[in-house]
Amino acid sequence: MTDLLALEDLTVHFETDEGVVQAVDRAALTIGPGEVVGLVGESGSGKSVTALAILRLLRPPARVVSGRVHFAGRDLLALSEEEMRSMRGAQISMVFQSPRTSLNPVLPVGRQIERLLVRHGGAAPGRARERAVAMLREAGIAEPERRAGQYAHQLSGGMCQRVMIAMALATNPRLLIADEPTTGLDVSIAAQILELLRDLGRRTGAAILLITHDLGVVARLCDRVVVMHAGQTVEWAAVRDLFHAPAHPYTRALIHAIPRVDREVAMEPIPGSVPSLLAPPPGCRFALRCPLVRAECATHVPVRTIGEGHAVACVAVASA
Amino acid sequence: MGALLAIERLQMHFALRSLIPWRAPRLVRAVDGVSLQVAAGETLGLVGESGCGKSTLARCVLRLIEPTRGRVLFEGVDLTALGDEELRRRRRDIQMVFQDPTASLNPRLTVAATVDEPLALHTPLTGNARRARVDEVLAEVGLEAGLRDRYPHQLSGGQRQRVNIARAIATHPRLVVLDEPTSALDVSLRARVILLLGELKRRLGMTYLFISHDLSTVRYLCDRVAVMYLGVVVEEAPAAALFDHPTHPYTRALLSCIPIPDPDIAQERLTLAGEVPSPIDIPAGCRLRGRCPLAQPVCAEPVPVREVAPGHTVACHLV
Repeated sequence: MTDLLALEDLTVHFETDEGVVQAVDRAALTIGPGEVVGLVGESGSGKSVTALAILRLLRPPARVVSGRVHFAGRDLLALSEEEMRSMRGAQISMVFQSPRTSLNPVLPVGRQIERLLVRHGGAAPGRARERAVAMLREAGIAEPERRAGQYAHQLSGGMCQRVMIAMALATNPRLLIADEPTTGLDVSIAAQILELLRDLGRRTGAAILLITHDLGVVARLCDRVVVMHAGQTVEWAAVRDLFHAPAHPYTRALIHAIPRVDREVAMEPIPGSVPSLLAPPPGCRFALRCPLVRAECATHVPVRTIGEGHAVACVAVASA
Repeated sequence: MGALLAIERLQMHFALRSLIPWRAPRLVRAVDGVSLQVAAGETLGLVGESGCGKSTLARCVLRLIEPTRGRVLFEGVDLTALGDEELRRRRRDIQMVFQDPTASLNPRLTVAATVDEPLALHTPLTGNARRARVDEVLAEVGLEAGLRDRYPHQLSGGQRQRVNIARAIATHPRLVVLDEPTSALDVSLRARVILLLGELKRRLGMTYLFISHDLSTVRYLCDRVAVMYLGVVVEEAPAAALFDHPTHPYTRALLSCIPIPDPDIAQERLTLAGEVPSPIDIPAGCRLRGRCPLAQPVCAEPVPVREVAPGHTVACHLV
């Protein structure tokens, strides 16, 4: 299967007054057409920066130091700004964490979708209205005609996120990046939004890159998972392998650090703390927290394939 | 044995500003007749979605806001009837930890000064004895002595929440109210704060009123759980019974929404229609009936509270 998106060797630095923050370090991931891939990690692990790098939305002091982003056979990092603009919103769209602040406060939500359809979807201005209302209905918004005329502040948080998803999928993009789409929403609303994402993704055939810190969300929605720690991608696996045979010491620690609602578990916090990205340890950045640490960890981090579609960046894990 | 804390038919109504001067202002019934008990050494979890009134209830217990009606009995004394001076003295025994570990610390006070403040206000300790107590409490919450002269901005989020917990337990309070103490923290920090709270409970016999929307954490830490919806308690039970045999349709729906980190567990989601209605226009009878998939005509009648198992009560017509 050819990948829809292949991210290779991505390194992003932030040049700040205190020094260079090495936010993303040689990260890699792939997404197949129609696939739902979870990008998991704690705050500061570089998940959102990676997403912004794919869309080329990083601005100084952030700088892409190296890497390639292949999307549908083209290298996004080599496109002109004009070509990139025709990609965003049309081929790749994004749903952000805070839906209310991502919407334009002075434009009715229906108009925002119409504009997008005229700009990217090739819709005639007369037909755009109809399509916008239809998208809002698809996104599960009751009375879409009335809601289309309302502003973001008149809608609940859950409804704003439905609007964002309607807008993101209105142009039939091939890839949707959703950055913590349910953070800040109540659990029942969050569950509805996740189902909507999955159903609309399936119906439109869009692949989804879902950025989250919640392993429950990953288990429920994703086909494959990529785990990030301190700017490095450390494990790639099908969702069942990740939960049943986690290989990287960080992935294992992460799974054991969460309490569960369905049964009683012994919880173990992850040792140590996330290293400073101003002066990260050389080699594997988990080394200082790792129970399996050895001398080689500081010098090289080999990526080993340990099963079908399952790879891990760790010296200590034997290859299959 | 009497409960350490007994909340009796507590109501907190907020009046909205009336736009038409001759009309009575509309009321937000944030807490609308809640009765709960917490025994000494016990942890009671209070769960529900935003707007259900759980934080308002906590603030009423400490009288950070004045409840409209009802009583809050602490060791048999009605806190709502105390004068300012008596109330201040009582606060030595009831402390609170807030959600935002940064906003709830004074940025101009060092760690040691922050923890010292309640000791200066509430205890006769002075000089070296007070300094010794500060060091002891910092050690109890696992903060190194080297951090005592740091300011909040020099600490990580997890360390800040430890300072908040240290401040809360410094005066040996009988009850600590924890309002979403872990929701601003990352996975690894959250695990550590939960374990710390559990350890303090075991070691010091702490009593907690633990408010959270994070049901996994509640299951881990609490002995009993009360579920709130639109200002009332709809179900109350020992933690294991509530999570393994949820009975009220709202509790069942809420639990079915939590994604379980195991792709092999097929989760059937019990769907409630629409979103939580505004606490201004509360329906008569069962407050859930407009959204409940099981609703019957009888649900418009006042709701009975039944005991379905020892210590497990449910406010629903249909159980």
